Amino acid sequence: MSAALSPVFNGLRNIHSSFGRWIIQSVSEVGSFSLFVNKVFREIFNPPWRGRLVLQQMEFLGNESLNIIMISGFFMGAVFSLQIGHVFSIFGAEGMIGAASGKALTRELSPLITAFLLTGRGGAAITAEISTMKVNEQIDAMESMAVDPVSYLVAPRFIAAVTMTPVLVGIFNFTGMIGALGVGILIFDVDQGVFFEKLISVVGVDDIWNGMVKAAVFGGLIALLACRFGLSASGGAKGVGLATTNSVVTTLMVVLGVDFIITYLQIALGW
Amino acid sequence: MIHFHKVTKIFGTFRVLDDLDLHIPKGKITVILGKSGEGKSVTIKHIMGLLRPTSGRIVVDDEDITDFSLEQFRLYRRKFGMLFQHAALFDSLSVGENVMFPLREHTDLNEAEMLEKAEEYLARAGLPNIQHKYPAELSTGEKKRVGLARALVHEPKVILYDEPTTGMDPLVSDMIDKLIVKINQENPELTSVVISHDLKAALEIAENLVMLYKGRVQLCGKPDDFRESGDAVIRQFFSGKVEGPMEFF
Repeated sequence: MSAALSPVFNGLRNIHSSFGRWIIQSVSEVGSFSLFVNKVFREIFNPPWRGRLVLQQMEFLGNESLNIIMISGFFMGAVFSLQIGHVFSIFGAEGMIGAASGKALTRELSPLITAFLLTGRGGAAITAEISTMKVNEQIDAMESMAVDPVSYLVAPRFIAAVTMTPVLVGIFNFTGMIGALGVGILIFDVDQGVFFEKLISVVGVDDIWNGMVKAAVFGGLIALLACRFGLSASGGAKGVGLATTNSVVTTLMVVLGVDFIITYLQIALGW
Repeated sequence: MIHFHKVTKIFGTFRVLDDLDLHIPKGKITVILGKSGEGKSVTIKHIMGLLRPTSGRIVVDDEDITDFSLEQFRLYRRKFGMLFQHAALFDSLSVGENVMFPLREHTDLNEAEMLEKAEEYLARAGLPNIQHKYPAELSTGEKKRVGLARALVHEPKVILYDEPTTGMDPLVSDMIDKLIVKINQENPELTSVVISHDLKAALEIAENLVMLYKGRVQLCGKPDDFRESGDAVIRQFFSGKVEGPMEFF
């Protein structure tokens, strides 16, 4: 009897110990990431100030992402107004296309899609660059020259991402509204004056502000996670690939989760 | 200058350094020999504070660095220069920017002064007028020499060479070896620690030789002490034969 049951008990024990290991590893990861974030914040406010590196990163994350943001924004606005326009046309409320697109873009779509695009473009590049530096001993070289990699590599990228993501979201909003306006006028025959009147009456500064807050948080998360995965890489080219994949997947998941929390708080607190 | 007192370093279950007692004298070229996996690179990473010992003490310049904080290590490392095995140049920076890196971080020199100094050290490494190139455009030997210029530009008290001639042709290897000797002759106070597999070069450049085996010092002395040694492990390493008392794993 006991011999027959022992595989079951062993199986249960294995599941139990795997689950325990996963819990310990997860708690340890969260703790280690918290310490990393704490160090990044300390380095931001400690000299030396690395203005040149911050500007370089702002150029990379902001300026070099402009095309992809503008094109994506335009089509996102156009597609959203197409979808919503068909529903509104059932009730003869096509005039609300501008208001609905504006609300959706400013509060949700622009920050989220911009974060996704930045994760794929900027976050992946940051992880690939830093992890390559790690496996090629360039981080050790930096340490050996008494330069803190967090201060030199992470802090400038964090500052650049936090400042440039809201700017990109503003541009995404603008081109998204051009896309929505184009579809509203050309496909649903909405009057331009009605489009803007409804837009202004429904979309307020607080909507834009809420989107910008999300953008800054997402930007910070993208930079922190990308750098963290890069600095933890090991094992040559395979390690670089693995770090980059894990960085992108984890950032996308974290951004979605944090988006829900911020949205919930904004609604609950009436922001 | 540098003392290891019963230093042990364990990675997982693997004991790389085992109660290592080591003395590296000031102002001399010390070459640390040993087959792969004997802890040569681990030893110099301990000197730099890039790794911490599992047990034992490390004293550098009469200062016990074993329990240094990260901030203390940052200050301490300013007296070191290090040439990495694969040079470890920053790909995104030009050669000039690479060499200027320690100056930009730790001195108040202006751009023109830094550039002048970088050009001077590149010329000393036999590489004039390449400051505008990027590491990807350089040969392995050139990268090593740029790495050497970067390690020397802030005039360190100690320079560490991690396998400076590995993977190079004999001519470039000889040139790097001669450069190491020349640098020490020009700076009598400079302490050089070289990690190497290259026995011929080690015997030529070393003023002090150390052979590591099983995480401990097998023999320490002048090159002639090694040539005349009857120790079976030393003889096997000199002969380069698999047959002998050395264990391979």
